[in-house]
Amino acid sequence: MKKHRFLTLSAFICGLLFGLGLLMAGMANPAKVLGFLDIAGLWDPSLALVMVGGIVVAFIAFTLSKKMPHNSLLQVKFNWPEATAVTRPLLIGSTLFGLGWGLVGLCPGPALVLAGSGAIEGLIFVVFMLIGFRLADLVQAKLS
Amino acid sequence: MDWMNFTPQQSLLGGLLIGLATALLWLLNGRIAGISGIAAGSLASSGAERWWRLAFVLGLVLSSWVWLLLAPLPEVQVTSNYQLLALAGLLVGFGARLGSGCTSGHGICGLSRLSGRSLVATVTFMTVAMVTVFVVRHLL
Repeated sequence: MKKHRFLTLSAFICGLLFGLGLLMAGMANPAKVLGFLDIAGLWDPSLALVMVGGIVVAFIAFTLSKKMPHNSLLQVKFNWPEATAVTRPLLIGSTLFGLGWGLVGLCPGPALVLAGSGAIEGLIFVVFMLIGFRLADLVQAKLS
Repeated sequence: MDWMNFTPQQSLLGGLLIGLATALLWLLNGRIAGISGIAAGSLASSGAERWWRLAFVLGLVLSSWVWLLLAPLPEVQVTSNYQLLALAGLLVGFGARLGSGCTSGHGICGLSRLSGRSLVATVTFMTVAMVTVFVVRHLL
């Protein structure tokens, strides 16, 4: 009972930190994201540093966790992703995702932060993103 | 290079914060901080599986308000019209779900786990996004 409360609280704090990181990094500004993706134009490399910072810290955590084989600090098992195969859904999905990301400069995290701030653009994007999640689940269910 | 808009310190610090959030969610909850998976699961799953996901999404949604307690919100410029935002939202949601992840799940978590599958996904969506921007800005 009590453990679930801690797990919920820590997830909330992680979501909050993640959102603050996105705001700090400039990821919540679609114009900045498009400036990073526009390598043929006036390229703004800032967001490459977001990847570097994020990956370095996450890499340390994943590496550390291999030395604590079974359980996390809150005593739940580590949910290592099991899929390793490069499949057609992975490639088609990533392609469509890249297309949408490049069209407006928003991906799911920043979109949720923007929507939360009350920005109408973020809200519209998130509503259709949620519809997209649902449609993908329906398609996957039909295929399998 | 766009030196005017280059923000190395803020972007690196922001990246470290994102990394910290990812590290904590893994070391405490044993979960991958993949936003699309968490957000989709917060609607689709049930019970305890649902609560931590809803809490994470709530944290993201409220983050701009917590930011406002400390400083004014950073600049946000959206140049796309509503129709384009809707289309892009649909593509991003559908694509991330079908492709089992987005910039966070494949880009940050997958790459730092040295997952080949996530590397393929990340290279794919980065390339497509860059080509899309190139076509929209320089060809159309």
